[in-house]
Amino acid sequence: MADPNQTGGSDNQKVEQPSRRKFLVQAGYAVGGVIVGGALGSLIRRDKKTETAPGASPGEGAAEARNYNRALMFFNQEQLNIVSAATERIFPADDAGPGALALGVPFFIDHQLAGEWGFNSREYMSPPFFAGEKEQGYQGRLKRREMFEIGLREMENHSQTKYTKGFTELAPEQQDEVLRAFESDEVKLTTISASGFFKMLRSSTLEGAYSDPLYGGNADMNGWRMRAYPGNQMSYTDVIDKDFAVIAPSSLQDHLSAH
Amino acid sequence: MAKTLPKTDVVVVGVGWAGGIIAAELTKSGLNVVGLERGKERKTEDYFMVHDELRYALRYELMQDLSKDTVTFRSQEKVRALPMRQYGSFLLGEGLGGAGVHWNGQTYRFLPYDFQIRTKTIERYGKGKIPEGMTIQDWGITYEELEPYYDKFEKLTGISGEPNPLGGQRSADYPTPPMKKSPALSLFNEAASKLKLHPYMMPSANLSQNYTNPDGISRGACQYCAYCERFGCEYGAKADPVVTVLPVALKTGKFEIRTHSNVRRILHKGGKATGVMYTDSTTGEELIQPADIVVVTSYVFNNVKLLLMSGLGKPYDPASGTGVIGRNYAYQVTKGNAAGFFEDKEFNMFAGAGALGVTLDDYNGDNFDHSDLKFIHGAAISLSQTGMRPIANNPVPGGTASWGAEFKANSVKYANRFLSVGGQGSSMPFQHHFLDLDPTYKDAYGDPLVRLTFDFEEQDRQLAMYVSNRCADIMKEMGANHIDQLKSLGPYEITMYQSTHNTGGVVMGASPDTSAVNTYAQMWDAENVFVVGASAFPHNSGYNPTGTVGALAYRTAEGIIKYRQKGGMLV
Repeated sequence: MADPNQTGGSDNQKVEQPSRRKFLVQAGYAVGGVIVGGALGSLIRRDKKTETAPGASPGEGAAEARNYNRALMFFNQEQLNIVSAATERIFPADDAGPGALALGVPFFIDHQLAGEWGFNSREYMSPPFFAGEKEQGYQGRLKRREMFEIGLREMENHSQTKYTKGFTELAPEQQDEVLRAFESDEVKLTTISASGFFKMLRSSTLEGAYSDPLYGGNADMNGWRMRAYPGNQMSYTDVIDKDFAVIAPSSLQDHLSAH
Repeated sequence: MAKTLPKTDVVVVGVGWAGGIIAAELTKSGLNVVGLERGKERKTEDYFMVHDELRYALRYELMQDLSKDTVTFRSQEKVRALPMRQYGSFLLGEGLGGAGVHWNGQTYRFLPYDFQIRTKTIERYGKGKIPEGMTIQDWGITYEELEPYYDKFEKLTGISGEPNPLGGQRSADYPTPPMKKSPALSLFNEAASKLKLHPYMMPSANLSQNYTNPDGISRGACQYCAYCERFGCEYGAKADPVVTVLPVALKTGKFEIRTHSNVRRILHKGGKATGVMYTDSTTGEELIQPADIVVVTSYVFNNVKLLLMSGLGKPYDPASGTGVIGRNYAYQVTKGNAAGFFEDKEFNMFAGAGALGVTLDDYNGDNFDHSDLKFIHGAAISLSQTGMRPIANNPVPGGTASWGAEFKANSVKYANRFLSVGGQGSSMPFQHHFLDLDPTYKDAYGDPLVRLTFDFEEQDRQLAMYVSNRCADIMKEMGANHIDQLKSLGPYEITMYQSTHNTGGVVMGASPDTSAVNTYAQMWDAENVFVVGASAFPHNSGYNPTGTVGALAYRTAEGIIKYRQKGGMLV
């Protein structure tokens, strides 16, 4: 289920199935006798079907323009795989619609960490740093991108220690247990708060599911569609005093092209 | 050495609602005004891509850059104050128009009770009703005296509304009729009426129809697009300083706006200001702007900071309760609410406007008997439809896991089956709640951050529970299948958004012992310095503050014109 390159995603069964492709991606493995590790592993998947970005809606054919936004600005491949698996557990695909993976949430988080949010650039990061009371908020010296690096590494360490398997290889229930151990601070970390990291992972998952597709998540507005949110509309004057009715969503790109 | 610029009649520090109103009124009367704004210029065209929840609501596009300036916070004096490193409890505005750009537009009048809160509380319940340490005081002005200025601000902004059945007397109706009523508003309205309460349409600065104000400024009607609070209005339908008072001031040819100008000191000599010193944040250059009159119109925290840094007015001492600058900081109690989940009804809550709502004041001010209650004042209770944007609004019934399959299923199921009735609770001042300068942490210019010492009190806990129960009564009547409500009000935390209705620190009043300014916002200690804004509120009421800030700004403008002619103290 941890395959970030899964197309579609509303089909739970398909998501759960381990596949040869998934195995190759996660292991960064050998093909045709050549060892390809790390980022090169992704080249293995270059067939017509998977060229369409994850999260593109099912039914879109090869004529669909490639989504060049689906590449990494910050994570390495291992980090992407862990984030993919974790966010899909936080916000799984179900009968109602796509989960984090199909919505492109892992790419959204990657892109956000590469920018000013990841650097905490509009926040007060000046010393001195003291541990405070909970009510005083975050007082650490680490930036979000550093917290993500540490948090993901520690999720992996915890999985290895407890299950002698990497996080992405765990059964979904075991992945949930790891996430719960972080959420409840049962995992003790020295540099960051495990629960603080989990909170950030959870909130950025929702941001990726529901922000404008401009940012790389909410693929094809399917997050909005799932909950009948109309996105960017210029006016509700004609419907504000009427009963609820579904309105087809519209994005900021639609707004740009309409003006 | 700082470069000294040519003298002007009036310098205004911070160009938001208060600064804009002062600038418009004074330039119309013939005075030359320089407006110094530390943020950047803003205009309606900037909001072409404004329907972006992530950028504006969660990444705080329009808010002050905290890396340059923030506040420190502690719950009490024994605790070490630490910086508010990220946004949470309240959002500080910056840029032309200030927080007046990204407000919701809910434009109330305070109750007659508010202005004489001490006298009226003692009259009805006796002195014992006011607990030890609570420093409520009369404002030095009555509702009746302030009424004409409320009327002025409502006509300026074109407020859409209908009279509050439990409010003070009005000299005129609202200039435009109420906003449209959505099905959710109607449901609340009917339920409240059945309970014999007094609901009325929320007074709104999002226009119900096209409107031309007395200054000749025309604005179009609100489109209910649901992006108000934290956003600028791409139509100019929501009243803000940039589309109302600033063009009026600029048209006189007597108003000069300088953006990126961060005022750091008021210069003074012999009890009178001579001008201000500011830093041009684009060049780092320090400049002196001499002026006959200095008007301080930035946000609450910066009004206090500027006076303390300038050595103007006596700093507040919490141990003795003497001194005035930093005194009577108050906030708001917003957690008294009730959340309702509906199994077989869906609502168009994706649509809305910042000030679209129905309100009732049956439990606000002293409109109900507090004899058997362990608190004073109360809250406006409303159902407002500001637009439920999808990142920030994922309500699930209590008991639902906060992530995973169950969370997702419920958050999607209830996305359009959820309504909230909320109380905007008043906040009383206490001797040990105050603002001063932090001894450790500095802003980008090397000046100290403002330090906030504040926590919720028994008054707040009692009020929140009472209001939450009243909200639940109404929600029950509305037919919700499942209701969640406040269990108890915990400590104040700066991490969770509650309200950008911070008040006090430079309060107004009848006596220099307990107030920093008189009822014209004129400093007791420096007759040519006027400090305008919610910093002048001796306590905070159960309403949004902007209507009262606007009214006080109009009164101040009148006072400044009088002062310019006659000099001396106005009161």
